[in-house]
Amino acid sequence: MEFLRPASWEEALAAKAEHPDAAPIQGGTDVMVELNFDMRRPDVLLDLNRVTELGGWDTAEGRLRVGAGVTYTQIIDDLGGPLPGLAQAARTVGSPQIRNRGTVGGNLGAASPAGDGHPPLLAGDAVIEVESLRGVRMIPAPVFYTGVKRSALAPDELIRAFWMAPATGPQYFSKIGTRNAMVIAVCSFAVALHPAERRVGTGIGSAAPTPLRATAAEEFAAAELDWDGPLDETVAREFGRLVAEAAAPIDDVRGTAGYRRHALAVMARRTLTWAWQDHRAGSPGRGAA
Amino acid sequence: MRVSFTVNGSRETVDGVWEGESLLYVLRERMGLPGSKNACEQGECGSCTVYLDGTPVCACLVAAGQAEGRQVRTVEGLADGDGLAPIQEAFIEAGAVQCGFCTPGLLVQAHDLIERSPHPSDAEIREALAGNLCRCTGYEKILDAVRLAAARKAAP
Ligand SMILES: Cc1cc2nc3c(=O)[nH]c(=O)nc-3n(C[C@H](O)[C@H](O)[C@H](O)COP(=O)(O)OP(=O)(O)OC[C@H]3O[C@@H](n4cnc5c(N)ncnc54)[C@H](O)[C@@H]3O)c2cc1C
Ligand code: FES
Ligand code: FES
Repeated sequence: MEFLRPASWEEALAAKAEHPDAAPIQGGTDVMVELNFDMRRPDVLLDLNRVTELGGWDTAEGRLRVGAGVTYTQIIDDLGGPLPGLAQAARTVGSPQIRNRGTVGGNLGAASPAGDGHPPLLAGDAVIEVESLRGVRMIPAPVFYTGVKRSALAPDELIRAFWMAPATGPQYFSKIGTRNAMVIAVCSFAVALHPAERRVGTGIGSAAPTPLRATAAEEFAAAELDWDGPLDETVAREFGRLVAEAAAPIDDVRGTAGYRRHALAVMARRTLTWAWQDHRAGSPGRGAA
Repeated sequence: MRVSFTVNGSRETVDGVWEGESLLYVLRERMGLPGSKNACEQGECGSCTVYLDGTPVCACLVAAGQAEGRQVRTVEGLADGDGLAPIQEAFIEAGAVQCGFCTPGLLVQAHDLIERSPHPSDAEIREALAGNLCRCTGYEKILDAVRLAAARKAAP
């Protein structure tokens, strides 16, 4: 095995072009488990920790550009205001030690359907910036995920950042698990209100081969919600039903398909209700605290 | 490969490190620092918790090469001299140690909590220690130990 430690983004891209099979490693919270348990033996490990650009964020064109190496702890501590849904999801990841190392870029690289970063990225219209020596591609989150642990990333490409507009309305993330820490989601759901566009964004986790949006539920919400009035209970229920219908869950050790569908309908109705209460109160949502 | 980093204040260099090896393995098997424990090797138990550049992490999930040039502090480096650090004293006094396997990781994690948050609430303590498993104590005495250490730090 080779261990490469590029000191800059350009060097990292050159290394990935030369070794398309190289396994990038950031927090290592997925990669090292695979190495420790002999589940993966890449010829080359490509350590990105020295690429300092990846660990920061800035604002461009009115959107946040968050480096692939930004950890969950940083998101919670520093980006909870503009990205409340993602910060809520980050708080549910693993343990403090895992959040200190694990990154959203690594979550995208692993592209697990259970990754907690994905639902809020989907609900918030995130775009993933990937790059190779051939150039930059901007991939909208819904088409980034292509299958179970598969993404649109080409072998010579690396994830540079994700782009997301700062929240203009309340956002919520909800996750089902056996305890309040250290759980892989049985299923999860994120909602984001976009009041200026009178639109609701959604993201479903761990209930289909890929994370996905509940498009029919979003369209229903856009058509039926009265943005100047209280939330109609029947609209909230139908929204939940449509979210559950969008999922394609399976039975596995963590839960049955039927349970997942039921839980999704409940989470979708509840998170929409919470978000609507904040919207009516004119507050940006609990995640901003 | 050769890996070189600062551990508990002293610069150490080891050769012959396998590229896929963890920081935990290097500490325990190559540097003679068996304080950090190896229980799960998958980030679930926290018994390998060390400071990496001042941040608590699972040493089993850091590739050895990622520690190159950085600062590592293990349970062996919590106390200044030959004595014990206040958090270690508190664990003993509160009876928070039974078999002791989880203790090194809990000490580092609790040490970090009290440094960052001198008056932690019970909810904060539970949250901070959520990634550290103990199979013996039932956690109550561990919580007592952290409360004791925090109270002593606040009013020495
Ligand atoms: C104990 C434990 C608990 C966990 N709990 C959760 C949880 O609650 N929720 C959750 O979602 N996840 C959880 N995880 C999984 C993991 O922490 C997350 O997926 C995390 O986001 C991975 O980030 P990382 O930086 O550690 O990734 P790494 O392990 O460094 O990399 C992950 C994958 O992405 C690739 N990659 C990394 N960076 C790039 C890049 N810049 N470009 C292209 N590819 C890249 C790697 O090659 C690898 O395939 C847990 C893991 C552990 C060990
Ligand atoms: S040995 Fe590292 S977390 Fe268990
Ligand atoms: S004292 Fe035995 S595992 Fe905690």
